Amino acid sequence: MGAGTLREMRPVLVWALIGVAFTLLAPVTLQLFAIINLTTAIALAILALSLALVWGYGGILCFGQVAFFGLGAYAYTIGAINFGGSTWAILLAVIVASAFAAALGYFIFFGRVSDVYLGVITLTVTLILYSLMRRTSGPEYKIGKALLGGFNGVTSPPLNLPWDGRAMLFPEQVFYVAMAALIICYLFVGWLVTTHFGRVCVAIRENETRAELLGYDSRLYKLGIFTIGAGIAAIAGVFFCQGVGRVTPDVFSLYNASLVIIWVIVGGRGTLIGPIGASFGLFYLTAALGGQSLLNNNLVLGIILILFVLLVPKGVAPTLVHWLGGGRKKGRGARRRRRARAAEGGA
Amino acid sequence: MSAKRKGEAVVETRGLSMHFGGVKAVDQVDFTLYDKELRCLIGPNGAGKSTFFKCLTGQYKPSFGTVEIRGRDMTGAEPHEIAGLGVGIKTQVPNVFDGLSVEENIWLAARRWHGPARARSLVGETIERLRLGDIRRASVGRLAHGQRQWVELGMVVAMEPWLVLLDEPAAGMTSEETERTAEIIEEINKSAALIVVEHDMQFIRMISRQVTLFHEGRILMEDTMDAISADRRAREVYLGRRA
Repeated sequence: MGAGTLREMRPVLVWALIGVAFTLLAPVTLQLFAIINLTTAIALAILALSLALVWGYGGILCFGQVAFFGLGAYAYTIGAINFGGSTWAILLAVIVASAFAAALGYFIFFGRVSDVYLGVITLTVTLILYSLMRRTSGPEYKIGKALLGGFNGVTSPPLNLPWDGRAMLFPEQVFYVAMAALIICYLFVGWLVTTHFGRVCVAIRENETRAELLGYDSRLYKLGIFTIGAGIAAIAGVFFCQGVGRVTPDVFSLYNASLVIIWVIVGGRGTLIGPIGASFGLFYLTAALGGQSLLNNNLVLGIILILFVLLVPKGVAPTLVHWLGGGRKKGRGARRRRRARAAEGGA
Repeated sequence: MSAKRKGEAVVETRGLSMHFGGVKAVDQVDFTLYDKELRCLIGPNGAGKSTFFKCLTGQYKPSFGTVEIRGRDMTGAEPHEIAGLGVGIKTQVPNVFDGLSVEENIWLAARRWHGPARARSLVGETIERLRLGDIRRASVGRLAHGQRQWVELGMVVAMEPWLVLLDEPAAGMTSEETERTAEIIEEINKSAALIVVEHDMQFIRMISRQVTLFHEGRILMEDTMDAISADRRAREVYLGRRA
């Protein structure tokens, strides 16, 4: 990693430091219930990050990012129940989701399925998983020691210390681990998009024909970023289990599938911090709306989506960067260019 | 036409045909390009030259016949496989990375073939060669048409190809820009063989040595530009209506 990479990653590093500060301060100031709730929000933020990579940078409009999220959650839960510990279960979750994405992606990308059908196929796969898991309510649906439980789902074991399967982590400690996972995933993705691989993925998003005419096999790059995104979504699934305490077929629901898309649209494609921020914001907005009965939750989300598509089509983060850059037009050319470059580097 | 006299054949098609339904866009074309040669493909609209070009670049899969590049059978290969042989390709409609800077566009081409350090220096050299220094950080989507064409040429140059295929590189350019493009092509020709599909007669006169004239999907004749201009048949199908 050279000095150039560090310079490009500066905004990412700044946000990561803010995340570290938040990690240290939150448990001091917040109640236990808020901390547990926050773990769920962090899990969803990791999910948002995964689609920010796949769609925002890879240009792949995956409508079924929750398929990998849900598979990760189920694989973790089933693994942790059977292994009697969480460490290998996390690895299993990532492997199951990535392998599934690699197999699905192989047919999509090497079959040259067009963008629209890619969205349809990924969403359909998600909904198939949804109805499949809802039907697993009988005692015959059992993987090892884990009963799948159909509509009610399975209770997820909490994380434990890697060297001691019986030393369960407290919710506060789980929060630290979740936050660390978010920051590490964010740094990883922030670094990935500055690498040759990441830049080629962006190039393919911009113009696939040109990328191929330069000699890049776009199918391989798309498959790569799709699979990596699925692995990150699986990590999100693991922490979702921690926050909620169980995994149900609802992880695969149409509502959740579209929510991820909304985060990325609202936060802004082509940035990483935007969708993360949007997922936090909408999570707490939904929670606040849940406390009242005047307005329907979905209605409000729908209105937010429509307003953003019409008024802030680029999303919050790119629009903010644009405003901050545009406000200093006179004599600050160099700084503006630096900002613009930083924005391209992807905060 | 002995191969020895002209050097190694780098592109060779035998019986190459491309049919769209009942339309024979390219029909039984036998074509040979030798090393370090600069060949222009001309012909009226619908003569099949662009379709022929797309069969060479892998954008179309030919219906019949074979394409050999440096002796390797590349019939029906994917564009990235053909580019992967070290072939630089520029399409008719500028294909550039609109949202990225000029530097990033050229870097992506250079980095495909070279390590990070060499790629970086190659970007600098290419930008200088194509005189893109003033706009190196500009987003390509905001550039004028002629500049976009040059950025695409820059990508081709930065690959350091040994064979270059250009489809209408001077389309939509001012006469000044066209002249500059002709210079760039001459320069590329020092280290690479070229096939150039072109409409603009002035431009062809500037760069061409050997010209292949397409008509109704077939090669009508293959000669120097002067000889073709003097030929009665050629004038009838093409030049008579344009020049």
